[in-house]
Amino acid sequence: MTGATQATAVILGAGHAGLAMSRCLADRSIDHVVLERGEVANSWKKERWDSLRLLTPNWQSRLPGYRYEGDDPDGFRTMAETIRYLERYAEVIDAPVRTQTTVTCVSRRGEGYEVKTDRGAWRCRAVVIATGACSIPRLPGFADALPPCLDRVTPQQYRNPDQLAPGGVLVVGASATGTQIAEEVHRSGRPVTLAVGEHIRVPRTYRGRDIEWWMDAAGVLDDPYDAADNLERVRSLPSLQLAGSDDRRSVDLNHLRELGVRFVGRFAGIRDGHALFAGSLRNMCALSDLKMNRLLDRIDEWALQAGLDGQIDPPHRFEPTRVDASPPIDMDLDSGEIRTVVWATGYRPDYSWLKVPVLDRKARLVHDGGVVREPGLYVIGLPYLRRLRSSLIDGAAADAAFLSAHLAGYLDGQKATDQSARASMKV
Amino acid sequence: MSTATQPVDNGVNVAALLDAREALSKAPEAAQFTWRASCEWVNGTHSRSTIQGFFGLGEEQRHKQAFTLDADHPEVFASEDNGATPVEIVLAGLASCLTAGVASVAQNRNIQLKSVKATLEAGMDLQGILGIDSDVRNGFQGIKVTYDIDADATKEEIEAIVAQSQKRSAVYDVITNPTNVTVVVA
Repeated sequence: MTGATQATAVILGAGHAGLAMSRCLADRSIDHVVLERGEVANSWKKERWDSLRLLTPNWQSRLPGYRYEGDDPDGFRTMAETIRYLERYAEVIDAPVRTQTTVTCVSRRGEGYEVKTDRGAWRCRAVVIATGACSIPRLPGFADALPPCLDRVTPQQYRNPDQLAPGGVLVVGASATGTQIAEEVHRSGRPVTLAVGEHIRVPRTYRGRDIEWWMDAAGVLDDPYDAADNLERVRSLPSLQLAGSDDRRSVDLNHLRELGVRFVGRFAGIRDGHALFAGSLRNMCALSDLKMNRLLDRIDEWALQAGLDGQIDPPHRFEPTRVDASPPIDMDLDSGEIRTVVWATGYRPDYSWLKVPVLDRKARLVHDGGVVREPGLYVIGLPYLRRLRSSLIDGAAADAAFLSAHLAGYLDGQKATDQSARASMKV
Repeated sequence: MSTATQPVDNGVNVAALLDAREALSKAPEAAQFTWRASCEWVNGTHSRSTIQGFFGLGEEQRHKQAFTLDADHPEVFASEDNGATPVEIVLAGLASCLTAGVASVAQNRNIQLKSVKATLEAGMDLQGILGIDSDVRNGFQGIKVTYDIDADATKEEIEAIVAQSQKRSAVYDVITNPTNVTVVVA
């Protein structure tokens, strides 16, 4: 048996969050390594569709010691540009990344941790989990009951409409992913039916500014996790209905309706080869419109106080989401009308390798703003980890700053404890 | 009119509900409830349901008294009209569930209700239950609920309360989503 390599800290994952953490640990001279199953920005390289662009403007992906310096701050990165941005960051900060290294097991070992990989083991005093929130597509329990004649695809597998058979497509889920895929698949000549459950409608631009600019400036993105009314809920909300595009269009349901996309309620089950959709579409849309208007109210209030009124476009409200009087609640899946089902129903993280008892009964990682209750264990890069901004690349800087300080404090405390233990043993 | 000095009281003990939420999130097994009703045929299309016991919080529970509910069909169905039609009782169940939600959500949002009235309508094509046209379903074509609410709140706040009550309503869920039903002969 070969011995394990030592490091003070091991970061799992070389995406934006892991790299930001690496930079912050380096600033504190904490020796560490970043283990990456593939390459830097791996999921951006391998698990995203071709046309996807970041939902946030170029100026916004600020990382510790690194920011956009191009001539299109308000544009939206393509996947190639996003990958290049993160690769360049890894180079600039000289992150100690070990690529093509898959972690198979993380467990307690003495006062620290052992991290087993397919390329040897590591011993460390602290572990930072930065493997992301989108490891495994989360499908409904009845997904296997789809008739075998239908093709099915998750957003991780989806690349472009040409990959799909000609014919109708049922896109399940109306988050950023579901609405973007619905739009391009429908435009490719494959008629789309979109199953709509809970979703968050926001306009791309409001009063002449990007919605992300507003949420950044008005402090919405800094709403702290420990002030959330229902933290579990805000952490599991779907992504905003946004797309990054040159024409800055909104991809809400009214836009998709104009293209000819058809809407049904949440995909609730399959019975006798028929898809059953919830009869709650109207309320789902009402909730979303109300939520959007509360956000716009907050923005208007801030703009007024910031003295922007008069300098920019006046406040206005968007047309409520149009809903058919009687959307279909039943669809024969054997009729040939639908050829493909796209499950845009969200993701869950994969913690199957984590052999430390820190998961709850639903296999979610229990943490307090990124601090896991097992000493020396941290997580970064999850939605609403410490604030709403944590869901964005732009949120990693503040989160990494806090967690690296906490980690350093933990190491110092551990050292102090070790010294006092040694001192007391001498006595 | 300002009622800012008066505490909001819709008669809902929100603190107890929030405590229960907190307690049950830590003890999910106690959150497992079973609701029951029994129904006896009286005569013709007239039947009487009795509701008293249920299971929850890990043990058998009882209402303070047994509630009975007569159901029948109207005279246009050649029945004796000894009670509401079962589909009307479904509407009443939906209305009561949503209205309880309205009161609870309003209390939680510190909004004083003065009056709440729901009016429900549901279309039905009798060609379904009479077996005239197999393309017509037995049940409702759709349900429309209209709320008339007087409260110390803006229209948007009231709309948000009504939307939230749908989101948290058991009967709304039962009606808008499929449910497996198993009927056996003992």
